[in-house]
Amino acid sequence: MQLPLGLRAGLLSVVLFIAFIAIWQAAVSGTGKVADIDPEYAKLMGASAVTGASAMPGPGDIGVTLWQHLSDPFYDNGPNDKGIGLQLGYSILRVLAGFGLAVVTAIPLGFLIGMSPLVYKALDPYIQILKPISPLAWMPLALYTIKDSGLSAIFVIFICSVWPMLLNTAFGVASVRKEWLNVARTLEVGQLRTAIAVILPAAAPTIMTGVRISIGIAWLVIVAAEMLVGGTGIGYFVWNEWNNLSITNVIIAILAIGVIGMVLDQALGWLARLVAYQE
Amino acid sequence: MSTSHIRIEGLRKTFPAPRGGVAVTVFDQVWFGIEKGEFVCLIGHSGCGKTTLLNILAGLDESSGGGIVVNGKEITGPSLDRAVIFQHHALLPWLTVMGNVAFAVRSRHSGWDNAKVRAHCQKYIDLVHLTGSEMKKPSQLSGGMKQRVGIARALAIEPDILLMDEPFSALDALTRGSLQDELVSICAATQQTSFMITHDIDEAILLADKIVLMSNGPEARVCEIVENTLPKGRTRKDMHRHPHYYPMRNHLLEFLVNRANSFKTELSDPGYDPMHPPVTRPGVGQPAARPIDAPGDPLPEAKTAGR
Ligand SMILES: Nc1ncnc2c1ncn2[C@@H]1O[C@H](COP(=O)(O)OP(=O)(O)OP(=O)(O)O)[C@@H](O)[C@H]1O
Ligand SMILES: [Mg+2]
Repeated sequence: MQLPLGLRAGLLSVVLFIAFIAIWQAAVSGTGKVADIDPEYAKLMGASAVTGASAMPGPGDIGVTLWQHLSDPFYDNGPNDKGIGLQLGYSILRVLAGFGLAVVTAIPLGFLIGMSPLVYKALDPYIQILKPISPLAWMPLALYTIKDSGLSAIFVIFICSVWPMLLNTAFGVASVRKEWLNVARTLEVGQLRTAIAVILPAAAPTIMTGVRISIGIAWLVIVAAEMLVGGTGIGYFVWNEWNNLSITNVIIAILAIGVIGMVLDQALGWLARLVAYQE
Repeated sequence: MSTSHIRIEGLRKTFPAPRGGVAVTVFDQVWFGIEKGEFVCLIGHSGCGKTTLLNILAGLDESSGGGIVVNGKEITGPSLDRAVIFQHHALLPWLTVMGNVAFAVRSRHSGWDNAKVRAHCQKYIDLVHLTGSEMKKPSQLSGGMKQRVGIARALAIEPDILLMDEPFSALDALTRGSLQDELVSICAATQQTSFMITHDIDEAILLADKIVLMSNGPEARVCEIVENTLPKGRTRKDMHRHPHYYPMRNHLLEFLVNRANSFKTELSDPGYDPMHPPVTRPGVGQPAARPIDAPGDPLPEAKTAGR
């Protein structure tokens, strides 16, 4: 009997995970005593020089440290020693602030652009120039004008998440089926009601695609932005742990970044399914 | 004609020249009238401007000349008094059946509360035999059911005139037949003034009191207005037994096959006046073209108009 596909995929995932852990473990564990060296020198160099074990942490080390982090994620012992949960919280707040600002700017503006071919044409050259600029390139300008590193990071998130939403909203609104607009016209539906009851739901799936792309980019950019501005956040945490030479913490931070990114994307994916419709 | 409920007066539509091309006048000097309670069908070849004409009548498109007068007033745009049943149903896919009908009803009666809107919608959903499917989305409905929702949506606003652009052309023959029957009974019961574009001669004979024949474009005209000489109360099952059926059918077929294209020569006939296109009544005053109980259907396929 064949097991259902979902179950088989799950089993395969577990097998792959175990294999990955095993290979990782094998790769970092030592091959035993590699050389007879002066015990004094060995003491100086640490275990890795003697046993051939890598300085790269193994899965066990990661597990232990991860457990420590998970059991106390929100401690705060001053600027350079905060729990990983706290750092992630800072980053999430920044992303949500910048991204939220982008939503309330891009969607109404995109609506206007999509409704008016004139505005579309007039703004197109600006959008085409502004869109490909790396959001981090704005950082010095933001720091200079805003004079606050936290707000500058939020601004950078805003600027990177605004474009996909703006373009998708404009495109979605501009490509609403003429038929549906004609239905509204023959029913003498006013402009505002047409916008809310016809154009918005018709364009919602396209808009949501833009929103989802935006949050993905915002989460990518926040790590880099926080490495630059420093202070708090998961990006700063990664940089700080690198300076502490704690590869274990860096790996854990990478893992956490992935998990949070996935959660953000899934949450928006769920929202997108709510507004999806089948023609 | 000047007393008709709806008057199409000297209507012309010219599409501007595409870059480097010449402007095309799709139709010109189109005159005819629609009386209150009348069912008028428009027949013509593909591309002669039927949809364009209907869109102007609906207020969705603008004419380049001439005008349309409804109830003594020239129309300037879309109106709730002129409901449209679209060729491809044009239902809003994110709304349920009830939601689609309610969208129209709320546009007509903005002051009604939810209960009143629902009750009114239900009446029309029942009328088109969709009871039980109120909460389904259009994607869950068959083509025929979708078109029924379109009909319910149009009827629910109780329009002055119902405009239909080949509403059944995308459906299979069986579904088309049953929807035609329903439309016959609804229009008979409500005395609904209707205007319908069709390619299907039998559909026109079944539904129409009056059939407007349009010649081929460009510069299409109304060639002739054919009065349906079959008695009211005809049905799809028995109308072919009536002695006027074959004269009607042959006349329309003859038009589509030969005259629609060669009409340009008739145009120069000094007897032709576009303001008063000739009115014919096939079968009246002629012997029956065929035995009344003619078996089978030896005529070529009626839908010659499709490309
Ligand atoms: N927006 C437009 N711009 C230029 N030409 C157009 C436009 N819309 C329609 N036409 C032309 O006008 C003519 C009539 O088009 P219309 O859609 O009214 O035909 P129709 O009689 O409804 O045909 P069918 O039976 O195939 O539906 C066609 O030749 C078409 O090419
Ligand atoms: Mg058409």
